[in-house]
Amino acid sequence: MSKALIVNLDKCTGCRYCELACSFAHHGEYNPAKSNIQVSIFTEDAFYVPMVCTQCDRPFCGEVCPTGAISADEVNGAYVVLVDPEKCVGCKMCTMACPFGAITYQSSGIVQKCDLCGGKPECVEFCVPNALEFKDPELTNVRKSRAYAKKIYHQKEAD
Amino acid sequence: MNAWVGKILRVNLTKGAASVEDLNEEFARDYIGGRGLGVKYLYEEIDHKVDPLSPGNKLILVTGPMTGTGALAGGRYTAVTKSPLTGAIANSNSGGYFGAELKYAGYDMIILEGKAKTPVYLWIENDSIEIRNAKHLWGMETQQTTKTILSETDAEAKVACIGPAGENLLKIACIINDNGRAAGRSGVGAVMGSKNLKAVAVRGTQGVTVADPEGFRAAVLDAIKEFHDPYMSEVLGQYGTSDVVEFSNEVGLLPTRNYQTGVFEGASKIGGAVIAKYNLRGATKTKGCFGCPLACGRVTRIADGEFKGEGEGPEYETLGAFGSACGVDNPEAVITANYICNRMGMDTISTGVTIACAMELFEKGFLTEKDVGRELAFGDGHAVVELVEKAARREGFGNEIAEGSYRLATKYGHPEFSMSAKKLEFPSYDPRGGQGFALAYATSNRGGCHIRNEVHCVEFFGISLMGIVKTGDNLDRFTTNGKPAVAKKIQDFYSMIDSSGICNFIIIGSPDANVFINLMEKGTGLDFGGLDGFLKTGERIFNIERLFNLKAGLTAKDDTLPKRMLTEPMPDGPGKGQVVRLKEMLPEYYKLRGWTAKGVPSSKKLAELGISA
Repeated sequence: MSKALIVNLDKCTGCRYCELACSFAHHGEYNPAKSNIQVSIFTEDAFYVPMVCTQCDRPFCGEVCPTGAISADEVNGAYVVLVDPEKCVGCKMCTMACPFGAITYQSSGIVQKCDLCGGKPECVEFCVPNALEFKDPELTNVRKSRAYAKKIYHQKEAD
Repeated sequence: MNAWVGKILRVNLTKGAASVEDLNEEFARDYIGGRGLGVKYLYEEIDHKVDPLSPGNKLILVTGPMTGTGALAGGRYTAVTKSPLTGAIANSNSGGYFGAELKYAGYDMIILEGKAKTPVYLWIENDSIEIRNAKHLWGMETQQTTKTILSETDAEAKVACIGPAGENLLKIACIINDNGRAAGRSGVGAVMGSKNLKAVAVRGTQGVTVADPEGFRAAVLDAIKEFHDPYMSEVLGQYGTSDVVEFSNEVGLLPTRNYQTGVFEGASKIGGAVIAKYNLRGATKTKGCFGCPLACGRVTRIADGEFKGEGEGPEYETLGAFGSACGVDNPEAVITANYICNRMGMDTISTGVTIACAMELFEKGFLTEKDVGRELAFGDGHAVVELVEKAARREGFGNEIAEGSYRLATKYGHPEFSMSAKKLEFPSYDPRGGQGFALAYATSNRGGCHIRNEVHCVEFFGISLMGIVKTGDNLDRFTTNGKPAVAKKIQDFYSMIDSSGICNFIIIGSPDANVFINLMEKGTGLDFGGLDGFLKTGERIFNIERLFNLKAGLTAKDDTLPKRMLTEPMPDGPGKGQVVRLKEMLPEYYKLRGWTAKGVPSSKKLAELGISA
């Protein structure tokens, strides 16, 4: 199984460093508006949600692309959906197809999405609280189910 | 320019006109940004004797070169103006997201001039500037104001605003941004209110560049490595600053009952472990400001009971001011007072310490039930909550709290009960607990303040402040030996931190100043010439503030502390018997600063710093 970007919601503090790291890596400037990862902030509940491309197994963005600019590939051990800037004509169909808003149209005239930085995501490198991790998603889910099972067990004990 | 975006937005509210101008690059090089750059512009542009609440005063919201970059915790902006509370320079620094957003809109700072005829708010969307009607927002609390403005502008916008306290010109009013962050001190919110300016909303989609991208990225990774100091990343992450309450109490300087003593019997009831129970995530990181891995902010909830409510805070200063300083050990009353301050737009430190002052006046019989409209005993959390509400609206006795402790105590004939320096209320460290930071309180340009000069970090936390002071070297907290030099050095260093756009909290745990200097150099492209050159720029900033104060009418006589600190020995705890020995330190301090015996910067010193007075 190849690695994927994993978000741990309970560790995110809403600092938005991932947006800084992403825009700097891709545009050479710090500019959250151009970041491929966007944090939604609900401070009143101390709840923060980094939203980023999930690299779908069956990418809707690629299915609607009329020029075949979007394809899925395995890069440095990571499964990633990529945009070919040479083929993109800026029609924006993919931005409508993506249910997560993870692919965006840029003033440069082409669309942009998370490319996992070629297998070494900058957002993960700079996320100090470890809310973002880059690893095998299958194992992660096993750990999540174990953690949940533990919670239920303790609840039962308490009852 | 790199790191700076190179533009200033100037808004004349009297004329209803906005204009954009180039940032003065010479000022930027010599005064950096934030506190330093803002003070330089204010120094050049206003009559220093101006009434702070008149249209002639200006309010500057200014970012630093690191604001909006990937420098850790680089999200700060500073509100610079002449303070209505102190009559001295005001520079109140705040985090959240607002500062970075201003930079992304393309401005290093906003200079707000004059006074609008009727309430307005400013809406900035990149190049588009609108001065909008705010009559429907006047009287509204900060969170409702923010929500309403977001619905009228852009959900992605960031808002800095005043609450009813700023509108009512409370001398202890603050500016609140992003709902729960405050440019807290010196009454900057009243200046905003005096201009009929309810809020500034900003949305920016432009980038900030740095001079050496590769080098800067490496400098950030270095800073992250240094940041993994266990205290900074673990304890502050778990408890925020509330963890300091019990520590301060142990070392005997937790202000108690208006600083009558430094030991509070109820400290454990308002300490870190108790506050964590109200924190939405328990003892863990809850809320990070822009780009900050530390996340000392708290988001709390009182689930039920008479104080049911929710909001941000409290942090240490608030626990001290509304808690121990008022003798209150009910955490829910303290947290509620904090919530009200956030909603009304009030400085929790000045508000709490002013109520503590009133409580002592009451205890001593200088204030009566008739004056206050109720009993006002130390320890009465309900009285605290009621007075905060009343102060915000200047109702009844609240009208006296609204003026701050110095004016309150003076009105009732006993100014010595105001625990303040230059009329700015003390934070929650009794100065008798350390001679160095007592000197720092007395000489801080904005008055009683701990974060313009964290000598206390050295004296009793044993933090070396990025290695600029060697801990253990002559740093016994009760000695005055060597303290003037320590205070001066840290004041100059902090002038740089406050001007950079980085939060001073993130880096104090780091052992090496070069981590910070390196970020600044790789970001801006400036060469400071090592730590000495870096401190020289800080010294320039400190001196321009001093000049501002002298021209505003302050003198060396204002470099002092309340009589209690100088003559009443600390009655309890490890500091028992201590008084502040200011006279042993001030002459040497002036000399080291290159100031005359009257505390005036010599012409030689000004020439050395390149300041033309």
